[in-house]
Amino acid sequence: MFILEKRPTPSRFWMAATPVLAVILTMIAGGLMFAILGKDPFEAIRTIFWDPLFGEFAFYLRGQLLVKAAPLVLIAVGLSLGFRAGIWNIGAEGQYIVGAISGAAVGLAFFPTESRLIFPVMVVAGALGGMLWALIAGFLKTRFNTNEILVSLMLVYVAQTFLSKAATGFLRNPEGMGFPGSRNFSSFPAAANPELIAGSGVHWGVIAALVAVIGAYILLSRHILGFQIRLAGQSPRAARFAGVSPNKLVLLCMGISGGLAGLAGLFEVTGPAGQISIDFNVGYGFTAIIVAFLGRLNPLGILLAGILMALTYVGGEMASTNLGLPSAAIQAFQGMLLFFLLAVDMLSNYRIRLSLGRAA
Amino acid sequence: MTGTADALLQVEGLTKAYPGVVANSDVSFAVAPGEVHALLGENGAGKSTLVKMIYGLVKPDSGRMTLRGAPYAPPKPSIARQQGVAMVFQHFSLFEALNVAENVALGMEHPPRMGELASRIRQVSQDYGLPLDPDRLVGDLSAGERQRVEIIRCLLQDPKLLIMDEPTSVLTPQEVDILFQTLRQLSAEGTAILYISHKLEEIRALCDAATILRRGKVVATCTPREKSARDLAEMMVGETLTPPARSAKAKGAVALEVRGLSVRSPNPFGTALKDISFAVQKGEILGIAGVAGNGQDELLLALSGEVRTGRDIIRIDGQGCGDAGPDERRRAGLVAAPEERLGHAAAPDMSLTENALLSGAIRKGLVSRGFIDWPATRAFAEEIVKRYDVRTPGIWVAARALSGGNLQKFVVGRELSQAPTIVVVNQPTWGVDASAAAAIRQALIDRAAEGAAVVVISQDLDELLEIADRFAALNGGRLTKPRPVQGLTVDEIGLMMGGAHGMEVAHHVHS
Repeated sequence: MFILEKRPTPSRFWMAATPVLAVILTMIAGGLMFAILGKDPFEAIRTIFWDPLFGEFAFYLRGQLLVKAAPLVLIAVGLSLGFRAGIWNIGAEGQYIVGAISGAAVGLAFFPTESRLIFPVMVVAGALGGMLWALIAGFLKTRFNTNEILVSLMLVYVAQTFLSKAATGFLRNPEGMGFPGSRNFSSFPAAANPELIAGSGVHWGVIAALVAVIGAYILLSRHILGFQIRLAGQSPRAARFAGVSPNKLVLLCMGISGGLAGLAGLFEVTGPAGQISIDFNVGYGFTAIIVAFLGRLNPLGILLAGILMALTYVGGEMASTNLGLPSAAIQAFQGMLLFFLLAVDMLSNYRIRLSLGRAA
Repeated sequence: MTGTADALLQVEGLTKAYPGVVANSDVSFAVAPGEVHALLGENGAGKSTLVKMIYGLVKPDSGRMTLRGAPYAPPKPSIARQQGVAMVFQHFSLFEALNVAENVALGMEHPPRMGELASRIRQVSQDYGLPLDPDRLVGDLSAGERQRVEIIRCLLQDPKLLIMDEPTSVLTPQEVDILFQTLRQLSAEGTAILYISHKLEEIRALCDAATILRRGKVVATCTPREKSARDLAEMMVGETLTPPARSAKAKGAVALEVRGLSVRSPNPFGTALKDISFAVQKGEILGIAGVAGNGQDELLLALSGEVRTGRDIIRIDGQGCGDAGPDERRRAGLVAAPEERLGHAAAPDMSLTENALLSGAIRKGLVSRGFIDWPATRAFAEEIVKRYDVRTPGIWVAARALSGGNLQKFVVGRELSQAPTIVVVNQPTWGVDASAAAAIRQALIDRAAEGAAVVVISQDLDELLEIADRFAALNGGRLTKPRPVQGLTVDEIGLMMGGAHGMEVAHHVHS
């Protein structure tokens, strides 16, 4: 019989080791799944985890890693603050879309003016758009005690409808021969978010993600607000005793996570995606939830987790083109990662003991 | 009733000690078949430990029990149940998402088929006048109906001895009547009932015999019907009450004033506060007594600022601050230590350092421009640990790793180390060993001697009489008029606590 025994103090070793263990378990279970699908599991795992970093096309794929990781990290860092406080913003995807639309709309309104101020204004507009979208759920929670999980999630679908309206309607490229989609930002330099160093994949979103990681780290470890966030998540009554206002915290966490998601959307649409299209979003807002947990809601962990998740994206794409793996198998593989992560998570708070018979 | 031959359960010399506290010391009593026997005592008197030993949840250190003349030492509750001992706990263990019959089946060793079980539940509920539909979801039931599920679960096992732990604490008066009829019927059929309570009138109405516990010892045995509630209260509280001669030193100005405080409980099962008024002077300790659940938690929340009221209802040094939150009240000089240590006064998974910051940030200046001064916070935590003798390997340890007493010393120490002008504590020594309790009481007295106004909410009457200058009691959310402890008699305390004579009388006396 295995017995779970609560540790008196959470184990620091296991807190760091569980993500690694989860990745290893994912490789084993994923390898089995690939084998059942009739593919060589070792080759598949190598294609996903090794080739993008050190394979033949690594020079290009490494840049792609940063492009994919940046929005994930930016969004996940924001989400992690709320998750730590027990505030569940599940609708980052919607905030990401609305941030992209509002930032892009501001930029396109200036077309074809060339001014160095346009891009900064778009950045602010993108952050505000995401923030306000998230604050809808936050306000409804504080005012009417609605469930922020449901409201923020449902607002994703509203945002998606809004996006298709933007792409086919009010933001459609007037010179686009009636095709859906906005003007391409690569032809509007004042509003574009280009690669800062050619071939590196580094754009403003990557910089912003790094700044967010450092900022969140300082907030959580040194600032009283970070302390209140952690306290509210662990022990809501103790937080109230400490003078934390739950409503203030809800608005703050929703605002920050929405703002960062909006920023990610803006950087994506002006850079890698290039234009507002019906489907420029590829689910970063949802995947970022996995990244946040994979990184143990710790900013530095999220940075690593974002890169790891980007690896499964880039490598997964390679695997599906090179080895003919169905994309559903890649998604299942990513799902396994979250599953194992949550499953082994208890090791940091519990130890497993083997009990021999019934000890009285 | 005392004869060994005809006793159903005979308990002889049971002793159980926990580290630092003797919960039961040489407890002996007997219950006859069909007898309704009360175990009476204040919180912490050892009633729960005693019945847990009888029910096989706790193993006694020494002493012996006999059931129907045969030696009885249940190693676990299922053995106790096999031998005909059943227990209804104060806190229910029911699954809200399952229906009544399913919940009953879960508590049985060999449950019959659902249909058969449902009809047996109907039968028992009819026989004993406990209306209950086996198909209803437990989640839809009232507290009283949930208790019926637990009782019927016991009755299906045809017990010879039924233990009931504070059964009326969750019931409405009508439900209490139904319960009492059932218990009388059971008793008439020969089932003995061990009835734990501190509600004196209930015991007088229901019980044939009473064993009174105080500080883990049997202090008296009596027939409750022959005694007045006053007599019972006196036995429960003890006749050795001698308020310590506290120097009648001059008190300062009023530091904390509460006028007409009425507040609904934030907790759905809580007690609303009704028109509470009192004032505490600098250098004075006001003791607030009362049976659990009469508004103690709510009063602490209202004073600490976690529950807000109208501005002028609570005044600190003459300034209205009823609408201020905990931070502003701390700035004004008021600190509070809630009853629940883990999860309210302290965050279980956070280190002692972080817990020191939790309520000390403002008065100790541990945060400047939003940034935490960790070295100063660590120094503050070290200071608490050293000054209040908190036994811990270090300040990095999570709060939940500390024993209850040590954490309590940390919590009280944390508040008293902030040079407060007003201190509010709820159950400062609950579950704390004797030496630590004495240290905490001394710290509270010292703080008052240094000029702070202290409010001690406690269910331990001895504690209050030992340290308080004035004494009041909470009863159903109302507070009696505070009276000087010196010269207070046990009779008067019983009256103030209200349980003995009902609220009308208590209010009549003080209005």
